[in-house]
Amino acid sequence: MKDIHQFLCSPAESTHRHGPHDRIVMSSRVRLARNLRDHAFPGWAKKPERVKVLETVLPAVAALPEMSDSFAEAMDNLTALDKQLLVERHLISREHAAKNVGSGLVVNRAETFSVMINEEDHLRMQALRPGFQTREAWQAVDRLDSALEKKLNFAFDNELGYLTACPTNLGTGIRVSAMLHLPGLVLAEQINPIIQSVNKLGLAVRGLYGEGTEALGNVFQVSNQMTLGESETAIVERLEKVLSQIIEHEENARQTLMEKKPKLVLNHIGRAYGILANAHSISSKETMNQLSFLRLGVDLELFPGTQRSLVDELFLSTQPAHLQKQVSDKLSAEERDLIRADMMRERLKNVSRPLVKPAARAAN
Amino acid sequence: MNEKKICSICKEKPATIFLSKISSDNKKQDWDLCDACAKAKGVDTDPAAFLVADADIMLGLGASQELDPSAGAVEVKCARCGFSQADFKKSGRLGCPECYRTFAEGLAGLLKTMHKGTRHIGKAPEVLRATRETVDRLKSLQKKLAKAVGEEDYEMAASVRDEIKTMGGAAPAKAR
Repeated sequence: MKDIHQFLCSPAESTHRHGPHDRIVMSSRVRLARNLRDHAFPGWAKKPERVKVLETVLPAVAALPEMSDSFAEAMDNLTALDKQLLVERHLISREHAAKNVGSGLVVNRAETFSVMINEEDHLRMQALRPGFQTREAWQAVDRLDSALEKKLNFAFDNELGYLTACPTNLGTGIRVSAMLHLPGLVLAEQINPIIQSVNKLGLAVRGLYGEGTEALGNVFQVSNQMTLGESETAIVERLEKVLSQIIEHEENARQTLMEKKPKLVLNHIGRAYGILANAHSISSKETMNQLSFLRLGVDLELFPGTQRSLVDELFLSTQPAHLQKQVSDKLSAEERDLIRADMMRERLKNVSRPLVKPAARAAN
Repeated sequence: MNEKKICSICKEKPATIFLSKISSDNKKQDWDLCDACAKAKGVDTDPAAFLVADADIMLGLGASQELDPSAGAVEVKCARCGFSQADFKKSGRLGCPECYRTFAEGLAGLLKTMHKGTRHIGKAPEVLRATRETVDRLKSLQKKLAKAVGEEDYEMAASVRDEIKTMGGAAPAKAR
């Protein structure tokens, strides 16, 4: 059996994948929910039926050309650590990480496609792209779905569209989402009104790991909620419009803050640098929150010579499962905090303290 | 808590429905009603007056049906997978694709509140796409036919009827 940690590229490599507007939009994804016509949904099916569905779906997905270099495995063959690693990479949901016998996963090495088998639906297939590429992600997952429908009988109703376990996903079964880094709106205290107006448009705003999670590191996920009565392309376009506006608001918030409250911003960035470059014990939560300000500092050109990808790499590699995978001994949370701090100090060794003015202007 | 409440209207029968009304100035008013008085007051005809979980409204459990004494104890179960309304109430998920037909009536209202529309627009599996288009076309022709007949435009009616004939169907196949 392949080891998922060996299979996936390193955090360093994965964070060198770039896309448009990735200063604010960290990644885009589109997922489709599909079910087989003749089987009960995973939550209601008994174990033998779930196993049967898995044995039908997994080879069909793994045989797709897009999945020629892929990791395909039943969930009961993965360790808790492997599953956590996949959650940290956003390749599976936390719900899927809790699954065992009768559930499975197919993910390609480029991490552009991930198909969860027997999560809430028989298939949850998603296309992932770095930066603001919701349309490209839709086109990619659309192709994957079209290839799969030739091999599998999907449950589809002429009136209701694709039938899903939960009525909230009925119709297109689509969820278009983008992960946004919004420290400017948070510091300017504009995030709540923005979330409220986005909610009013029928879109959901969630935390880093989806439903019911905190917005750690000022990272928010925006996605559509309604799936019936509107076409996939209309949903994608609607989300694109809203995302473009959020990007604009974030850029404006950063600019206004630097003009009107530069000390507030510089204080956050300076303290974040101070802590991350000097701490000897740091939790994963504090790391994410401080890295967010370091990332903002890079965006504001306060760390000349430092790439955003270094911050993104640290964001990923300091999370619990990624950290645990780098050492051979089983670590306690306290031990992880020590190792995390050691790693952070080492990686930030060559990063100088933040400037007090953006580099471009400081040079004049 | 375990004390049995008596209907606040007839002061006789045990109350089975508990309504809390919160007015705009935040004043709370509680009503404990028995089935008969609730019905007499018309609360059962307006599910929106209840703070019932979505699941209840969805499968018609919350409002009128549960209040209707003539509704027997027969529980609707999906013939394919054995899933019941009570199961939905627990999980908020359905049992199998067939459940959408079994519980169609109760679902309609919920889908309306949940989504932009109640009819799917967008992608369909390729094998069904042709059928889907035919069904849609037949439906629209039949509407046109009925309209023409209603307006006594028999020339138009005849031409639409011919068009339907050439499509090879007298009536559109059931939508699903």
